[in-house]
Amino acid sequence: MIATNAWTPRIVGDPTDQPDDAPADGIETVRLLAEDGAATGHPSYSPLLNADQVREAYRTMFLARRLDTEGTNLQRQGQLALWAPALGQEAAQLGAISALRPTDMVYPSYRELSMAMHRGLDPVAVFQIMRGISHASWDVDAHHFGLFSFVVGAQTLQATGYAMGITLDGADEVVLVCLGDGATSEGMVNEAFNYAAVFNAPVVFLVQNNQYAISVPNSLQFRGAPAARAQGFGIPGIRVDGNDLLAVNAVVAEAAERARRGEGPTVVEAMTYRLGAHTTADDPTRYRSREEEQLWAGRDPLVRTERWLRDQGTHDAYFADLASEADALATDVRARVLALEPVGITELYDHVLAEPSPALVEEREQVRAYLANLEGR
Amino acid sequence: MVQLTMAKAITAGLSAAMARNEKVVTIGQDIGKLGGVFRITEGLQDRFGAKRVIDSPLAEAGIVGTAIGMAARGYLPVCEIQFDGFVFPAFDQIINQASRLRFRSSGHVTAPIVIRLPYGGNVGSIEHHGESPEAYFTPTPGLRIVTPSTPADAYDLIQQAIDCPDPVIVLEPKRLYHSLKGEVDLDAPPRRELSQAHVVRTGTEVTLIGYGPMVSTLVNAAKVLADEGRSAEVVDLRSVAPIDWATIEASARKTGRVVVAHEAPRTSGVGAELAARIQERCFFHLEAPVLRVTGLDMPYPPSRVETDYVPSVDRVLEACDRAFAY
Repeated sequence: MIATNAWTPRIVGDPTDQPDDAPADGIETVRLLAEDGAATGHPSYSPLLNADQVREAYRTMFLARRLDTEGTNLQRQGQLALWAPALGQEAAQLGAISALRPTDMVYPSYRELSMAMHRGLDPVAVFQIMRGISHASWDVDAHHFGLFSFVVGAQTLQATGYAMGITLDGADEVVLVCLGDGATSEGMVNEAFNYAAVFNAPVVFLVQNNQYAISVPNSLQFRGAPAARAQGFGIPGIRVDGNDLLAVNAVVAEAAERARRGEGPTVVEAMTYRLGAHTTADDPTRYRSREEEQLWAGRDPLVRTERWLRDQGTHDAYFADLASEADALATDVRARVLALEPVGITELYDHVLAEPSPALVEEREQVRAYLANLEGR
Repeated sequence: MVQLTMAKAITAGLSAAMARNEKVVTIGQDIGKLGGVFRITEGLQDRFGAKRVIDSPLAEAGIVGTAIGMAARGYLPVCEIQFDGFVFPAFDQIINQASRLRFRSSGHVTAPIVIRLPYGGNVGSIEHHGESPEAYFTPTPGLRIVTPSTPADAYDLIQQAIDCPDPVIVLEPKRLYHSLKGEVDLDAPPRRELSQAHVVRTGTEVTLIGYGPMVSTLVNAAKVLADEGRSAEVVDLRSVAPIDWATIEASARKTGRVVVAHEAPRTSGVGAELAARIQERCFFHLEAPVLRVTGLDMPYPPSRVETDYVPSVDRVLEACDRAFAY
């Protein structure tokens, strides 16, 4: 029995604590933590994570932030081809993924280091990609964590198809797929929204709206924000403060449970801000103001979560220990990244076809002989 | 004469075309304030305004599809696609739409658009950023595909592509954008036709054919051969669709040996067409089979091993040795 999407958008009636710069489209931004980290009440949502769970999420956010900084440093030192920082988006990522079961599949975009860590991936696996060692090396099925998708938006259709498979199997799973505000302009993403709606697929689209597609701001990207647009596809669209760990978690948990009950997809638009550059190849000073960056630096999700944790009685010692752990992790990861050796080109033929064709085998042997001859000179 | 990088030469060419004809507009992701991810459109929005230097939403089919529509209104859009690996969402608009509008409308509707597409490897980047997708486009009737190998050529080709009444893909060798400098005469008329090949270096014993980023590799190989007492001719295709067969055949007949190089995979690449046509047309002049030095028949590899994938001077020389051994 497929449930109908009998859903109405939450329109702001009496907004209690809305961001000053929330989009003026009448859609509420769900919040459970004020900017100073104080808990605020909400008529429909309440925190689902206890202090221990928030501490665990915060730990991953903090460690990921430290490694993120290390990634930019390593790129500046010529050790990585590129780095795509996620500074400022950690609460959106951890809030969402901590609302899932470990067996729920996640399709990341390409900025989800913290989610990868949450799923138990060795962070070096992400650095491998950025060092040009491997396109991806982790076992997707074992971690229920998909490949990074550098082709913007392509993953949304695949995630929807995976979710359609869950429905066919009658399995008790859901899918979370990550995309950005810019990606929502791609035809593929709009097809994914429609497929997910038509097939009532158990998929949650997490749009991390960090407000810029490289240099292009939301105002030049679309007129209907993702949460508003979802409704046109017959999908619930919910906007949440993406720097509020508890709110993202509660909203994604609700969406995941709806999907699990057979009530179909949801678009969650997590309003956040990319505190760093798009990638290390980018120069944000060309397109956004210092004032804007400072405003959002003041809304840092790590700071907000830390304040809440302190209010809940988390002691200094916890934060001091975590800082030490992060430094040790960064030192360890840096050393292991610098020691990474690429897979030889001839070994890459193993993964072109299930069984290499005779022509591929011949080419591989030619390359092997040629390289051996070069070394022999 | 000024000294320009290839990137600045393309900027200068775009700027000249936009100044000359107000119907020329450019559209792409991040091409406004940022000046594009490679800064090719740097300064153009300040000079020509946001109505003619258009920051598009993040959607490649949108960029090319709307360009076709603007062209139907008399505009001359120049599309920027950010990277070789990101062109494919626009594939239908290029293959099924732009390239055959003239044919399917009995000549009533055309698509005089330009699609600028940075391509090629050995740039040390991540997946989808070092590819050579030309062979997905070259069999398409109605489409012209050109690629410069020098700043002066880049300056000419971008303007000729804009002036051309057919849809043109300009494959821009991104590894040369900022690394290759050369003299450009900003006031001289184009030195060659849009789809004309160029004999970069004359020789008598072997013809080395390439295009875009491969040309300098071939010239370097020819220099090594000269030191070894061998005379190599280097032909820069400039246009991979259509191909200037007269220049190719004349050179093949003269030298009797041909080595073709490109970064794209070997199978069904531009080299396959060159080898087939040369043996069809020049069979009795050949001393050896036409040999190919190409990227490998695998997806583009991680960047730490890309130098084993992209043809090198050594690999070209090894092929020349084989050609001479026949």
